[in-house]
Amino acid sequence: MIIFEWLNNQLLKMEWLSNAVRLLVENGFNLDMSTRLGGSIHFFIYDVIKIFILLSVLIFTISYIQSYFPPERTRSIIGRYKGVWANTLGALFGTITPFCSCSSIPLFIGFTSAGLPLGVTFSFLISSPLVDLASVILLASIFNWKIAIAYVIAGLILAVIAGTIISKSNLEGYVESFVYGDQNLEYEPESLSPRDRAAYGKAQVIDIVGRVWLYILIGVGIGAAIHNWIPQNIISAVLGQDKWYSVLVATIVGIPMYADIFGTLPIAEALVLRGVGIGTVLAFMMGVTALSLPSLIMLSQVIKPRLLTIFFSLVAVGIVIIGYTFNALGHFFL
Amino acid sequence: MKIEVLGTGCSRCKQLEKDVYNALAELDIAAEVEKVEDIKTIMGYKVMATPALVIDGKVKVSGRLPRKEELHKLLKSAGE
Repeated sequence: MIIFEWLNNQLLKMEWLSNAVRLLVENGFNLDMSTRLGGSIHFFIYDVIKIFILLSVLIFTISYIQSYFPPERTRSIIGRYKGVWANTLGALFGTITPFCSCSSIPLFIGFTSAGLPLGVTFSFLISSPLVDLASVILLASIFNWKIAIAYVIAGLILAVIAGTIISKSNLEGYVESFVYGDQNLEYEPESLSPRDRAAYGKAQVIDIVGRVWLYILIGVGIGAAIHNWIPQNIISAVLGQDKWYSVLVATIVGIPMYADIFGTLPIAEALVLRGVGIGTVLAFMMGVTALSLPSLIMLSQVIKPRLLTIFFSLVAVGIVIIGYTFNALGHFFL
Repeated sequence: MKIEVLGTGCSRCKQLEKDVYNALAELDIAAEVEKVEDIKTIMGYKVMATPALVIDGKVKVSGRLPRKEELHKLLKSAGE
């Protein structure tokens, strides 16, 4: 247990890095860590470096695994299952697919046109941006394993339930007609060498880091501001644990925002440090990642407004419920 | 030879187009290259992940950037 704790603290929480940055801030910049400026600078440098290191290592690893599961194969595997099992599998596969919303439309069409139930495709689409392996490790790094695992389970349950409701509601008519094609579930495996897979992993790291670095810097910047500059009484008044509306506010603020989960983590971290309830923080993160204007606009190209509204409402209500549940059980997680 | 690069405008799709032009120049192969961005046309090729590389109407690579050697091999064998 001591070894595990040490590994956890050094590799995942990167205490060595925190200490190194502390030395830099105290001796390099001659700033006291207990002052606002010193504290903010430490938070910023330490968080940025930590997130970039973890992100690169994790994306490479996940992409390597993912190269064994191209979308055609995923579709073929899910296609063998029925009912809620297909939804569960869809949600699980969503956790190992790329985090880019630009790939969600071809995936949506590819799944639907091959005859997968609409709800299964939605389970996949909901879990894909919401839960992925990299975010789990980052959550464990910033908070702890209990929160990381609880987040994944909550996200998966949301994806499965929302997808199942969509399946049961017979909404197939609300998909644009060009989506239904004549694709089949057959899959011919591509033979890739370990070098090809490594090249794929490397390309994914460059692609994703290139796409999200700005969001991360902004996220850490906001986090540092929350951490040290915004007065406690304002945070308590808007998002305090005792305020019944805190989860609603967090969800409503989070939805129009578009950021990768990696950009929202530093904000979440700072909010928790300032005493905001864990459920409120998770609702904010889920609102940012699962629902965003760009992804809704993209989806509107392939589904009709009614289905889009149902999808949006299901996910939004789910996020609010998750938020209140986690707040009620908050003492168990922190 | 006709080469199509399928992609809705993600950074890797643009990269693939560049890679194709570079490879064609290096190998000294003449080909017609087209960037396809229309989602319906892309789905017509039944690919589920972009970028994808189509040579003479056949999907050769989808969902990833091929390595340089792989791309050269694909272009050479199609050029023969």
